[in-house]
This record gives sequence, structure tokens and C-alpha cells, in this order.
Amino acid sequence: MSKGRYGIHGGQYVPETLMHELNHLEECYEFYRNDPEFQQELRRLLHEYAGRPSLLYYAEKMTRDLGGARIYLKREDLNHTGSHKINNVLGQALLAKKMGKTRIIAETGAGQHGVATATAAALLDMECEIYMGEEDTVRQALNVYRMELLGARVHPVTSGTRTLKDAVNACMREWTNRVDDTLYVLGSVMGPHPFPMMVRDFQSVISREARRQILEREGKLPAAVVACVGGGSNSMGMFYNFIADKDVELIGCEAAGKGVDTALTAATIATGSPGIFHGMKSYFCQDEYGQIAPVYSISAGLDYPGIGPEHAHLHDTGRARYVPVTDDEAVDAFAYLARMEGIICAVESAHAVAYVRKTAGNYSPDQSIIICLSGRGDKDVAAIARYRGVDLHE
Amino acid sequence: MSRPEYNQISSVFQTPNHKAFIAFLTAGDPTPDCTVQYIAEIARAGADLIEIGIPFSDPIAEGVVIQDASMRALQRGMTTDGAFEIVRRVREQGGDHAGIPLAFMTYANPVFHYGCDRFFAGCEELGVGAVIVPDLPYEEKQEMEGAAKAHHVALVSMIAPTSRERIQMIAREAEGFIYVVSSLGVTGVRSEIGTDLKSMVESIRQVTDVPCAIGFGISTPGQARQMAQLSDGAIVGSAIVKIIARDGEQAGPAIHAYVKEMKEAVARA
Repeated sequence: MSKGRYGIHGGQYVPETLMHELNHLEECYEFYRNDPEFQQELRRLLHEYAGRPSLLYYAEKMTRDLGGARIYLKREDLNHTGSHKINNVLGQALLAKKMGKTRIIAETGAGQHGVATATAAALLDMECEIYMGEEDTVRQALNVYRMELLGARVHPVTSGTRTLKDAVNACMREWTNRVDDTLYVLGSVMGPHPFPMMVRDFQSVISREARRQILEREGKLPAAVVACVGGGSNSMGMFYNFIADKDVELIGCEAAGKGVDTALTAATIATGSPGIFHGMKSYFCQDEYGQIAPVYSISAGLDYPGIGPEHAHLHDTGRARYVPVTDDEAVDAFAYLARMEGIICAVESAHAVAYVRKTAGNYSPDQSIIICLSGRGDKDVAAIARYRGVDLHE
Repeated sequence: MSRPEYNQISSVFQTPNHKAFIAFLTAGDPTPDCTVQYIAEIARAGADLIEIGIPFSDPIAEGVVIQDASMRALQRGMTTDGAFEIVRRVREQGGDHAGIPLAFMTYANPVFHYGCDRFFAGCEELGVGAVIVPDLPYEEKQEMEGAAKAHHVALVSMIAPTSRERIQMIAREAEGFIYVVSSLGVTGVRSEIGTDLKSMVESIRQVTDVPCAIGFGISTPGQARQMAQLSDGAIVGSAIVKIIARDGEQAGPAIHAYVKEMKEAVARA
């Protein structure tokens, strides 16, 4: 079995052209993850630039309203650039710099990862090119301009379904084209080894903090931690340091879109099957011949036909549970959290909020649940208004 | 069971000093009927081996030309079974070229999803002697190697300009032929090929007698001749697929003329 396996999942299913570079990346990462100087520099950036540690906020009104477990929100939305994406990007961009790379490239769906990557490139003085499905560049025109302001070049991707998976394809193709001076800063716990491991390590700061914070507040571990899952980076970050705590439930909320019994869904665990795609073996939404299926969710960040290999393994072993949450439920939860706690969260994160709304009552008041609030919702306001039939003039 | 006569990739390269011309086209582009007809046309024009692409929704090693061909074929309903059916028709329609050596080129997921054993059994039955899977590098080949060997189908290894210290490791275990990738990046026509292919092939030669064919970016007779001089053959895909994209169901004559010219250039190498 090759490297980077999580049970049967993971691996390095990429063209030969990239193998040398992936091996080199793995070696460099292994070196720098054990290098105190690198770690100190990353900690400094996370603290002074990204604003870590992020708050663990006790949602008192929500707790009272739902009448069950005490609800905590891990406020990744308060990070610089507005989501958890910056945790991974600072790590990878710093690594790229140490490796002597002068250019970073990245895919983006809604633009969160693209904006974070462009931000890190500006900070670390690197060239930056972002690949974004043409359809997404139209839906998220503001984020395109934001990336350009930060000095990145944004390439609209016109192949395939013109969305996130095609942006990943375009990035991989570009990386095979120019590999020597370039690092592909992958945005989630997916792709070929070492990316799933590396991105998980960089995101695991979320649960490292949250575990300490909840023990300080509650004196005991939570009953459950809940996070939304597309590729799965915020959820893997939220789960990771709780995996060994067997009594802590790990719950990933997939985007069911219009429902898992419709074609308009992105719920990979609920509707997918094992496959090999984007460099990894995992679960994918696909047809009977292994053609990757077009997926749908109101949330561009969860609109991906696969899931990271470590999640696939956590599902296989039953350590984590993956549940589908529909557009309707997410949009309701988006509005609910705004009214209840005065927090406009990303529509991605609202999937996790929606699940907790449904289930918090099943827990007792001496138990707690942590929701990973992966991002802020400014980017989604217009789409939510449209969804609810409100005509906005932006 | 004795091996059917057509199931021989080695025959492509076995004549001393014979340089192979290897042509690629996408199954079902623009229609399955056309693919059957174009395969016969390419064979008649003198190609030594034909690679049939089984289209995949997300072909990450392909440039725009073959990406578009894959989309056209999929939109018209091409499937893995459909590709096998095309080969069956090529084999059954008889004629001088029904036995032409054939290979499949596709991605890991269509093979994995079809079932590796079922896929390679189908190849064996229809005399598809080699399978090229660009997203299955050396480290992952055990995924399909067992099934390929059990059905006497060569799982082709690729060696790229970035392979460096990996070249000999890959070459030592190669079967059928080695697909030498001429350039960085994806498939597609290039005006210049700058890689030091001579030293790559020399490095391969030190550890194996398995023939090497060079592909990616070759479109002109001059390039084909030069690549064949450096190796045992030239592989041409995008340039042929471009003709099909341009001429659609009437591409036969133009394909024939192009392949004939390329074959002659390779023969002079």
C-alpha cells in the first residue's frame, strides 16, 4: 500500500509528472513540522496576524431556546479573512516560502480559500494565481475583486461544470505545467498525500484550542462536536484532537442541497460510493461508470463531489457520523443564528447549526456541544436574500 | 486457452529498427460509428498501435483538445461498456486491419468503478493489449497490476521530465511499452519540445529492453521523426482529435492523410 493511507482511503493517484514534487513536499513538510523555528513563526502569524486563538463562545440564548445541551460556538468566523481557511493557508504559504517557491496557486469555490491564499501571498510577498469556476466568478464577483486587490490573478475556469471540482482540475493541470517554482496550496483535507495530512495538521489548531477552552469552561469534555463537511477541512480540524476521546461524538454535516433523494445534492457519504479522484481514494458522487456527478448545494464551499480520505475512514470505522442537512434547513439556521445570537455565519457553517437545532434537545443540560462556526456570512447575504425571495439592489 | 493473434503489444515493436507510430482517439467522439470507422482508417493509413480513450468527466492529464473530445463523447452517452463495444465491432467487422494492436487510455476511476478484474478480462477477451492510466503512478499501480497480469494485459508505465531519480525504478518494472512524457503539463500540441529526452531514454535503456514511445505535444511530421529517432516510436493524440473536432463525421479522409504522412515521417527516423 502506498503512502498517506487512512484505512483503504487516501494515496497518491496523480500523473507521474507530480510524483517527484509530492515526495519533495512530503520531505520538506516532515522537516519543518519538527522545526521549532518554523512552528514558532507559524504560531506568531496565527496569533498576531490571523487573530488566534479564536473564541469559544457560550451561546446562552440558543442554549435556553433549544432546551438541552449547553451550546458553544468555536468562532473561526472571527479569524482574519473571515474563515478557518487562513489556518491552513498560512501554514502552506510559509512552507512554500521555506521551500524556496516564489509562486502559489489555489482553487476556490465561493472564494474563501482564494481570498485567504491571496492574503498570505501578499503578506509573504509571493506571486499568486487563483483558479475559480467561471460560474463561481459570476456568483462571487466581489470575492474576485477582493483577490485582485490583494494582488492575485484570478483565472475563470471554463471546463466541465465550471465550478469547484473543475477549479481543482485546472490547478492540478497548471501545477504539472509549472512545478519547480510553484506550490499548489490545496484548500481542504483532500487531494494526494501529503495534502490531507498537512491540511489536517494545520487545521487541527481548531480542536487543540477548543479542547483546552471547553475544559476550562465546563471542566469536562463536550458530548459532541459538530461541523459542516465539504472536502472537510474545518470539520477535520474540529474533530482531530477529540478523536482519541471516545465519548465525544464527532458529527459532520453534509450539504444535502434539495435533499439526498434528489439529484440536486452534494452529500457524498449519504449518496456517494468509493472511487479514485483528485489524487485520492475516498467516497465520491458518481454515476454507474465512475463519471463524477455534478453536485449542488446553496453553499458553494460544500458544493464538492467528494470528501477527504480521513473522513471516509472515520465514517468506515464509525468513529464519526455524517448527516445530511438541506438548503432549507441551512437557510433557516442562518437566519436563526442571526436573530438569536446576533451572528451572521457562513451558509456552510449554518449546516452545522441546523443539525444542532434539531438535536440539542436530546442532550441533558449538564452536557455540552461545540459547533465549529467555520466562517462569517457576509459573502452569503445576497444569496440568502435571493433564496428567500427578497430583491436586493447591491 | 491460446492467446488470440491480435493480443500482442510486443509485435508493435519487434521488428528491428522499426519505429512505431501510435495514434490516439477518443471513443464515441463524435459517435461510436465514427470511432469504429476512424480506427479502420488509422490502421489502413499505417499506424502500428491505436490508443482508444475511454472518456472521463475530469481528465486532469489532458489539455483542452482531449478534454473537449471527452465531454462531447460523454454528452452523447459514451460509457466503458460502449468503448468495449467499439472494440468488439472493430474486431468483428473483419478486413485486413481487424487485428490491429489496440490499447485503452483512461483514468483510474472508470476502471476502479467498473471493477479491475472485469475491466482487464474485457481487454483480454477483445485483444486490448495495453492500458494506460495517467493518474496511476508507480506507487499506486498495485491497485490494478494484479488484474492486468492475470489477464495478460500490459499496464503501461509513464515516465515524465520530472521523474529524475524515479526513472530506473519505474522502468525496471515496466511492461508492454514505456510511455515517455515529452514535456511538463498536459496533453496538447506544442511548437517546441525542450526536454532532454535523449538522456531520459538512455537512462531507461540501462535497466530495461521494454520499448519506449514518446508522447505529449507531437503534431508535425518533423517532431514525430525526431521523437522516433530518440526512441522506439511516437504517440500522437491531440492533433488527430483536433481533426475529428473540425471535421466531425466526415473526418475519415483527413485522418487518413494525416496518419499516412506521420507514419512515413516516423518510418524515415
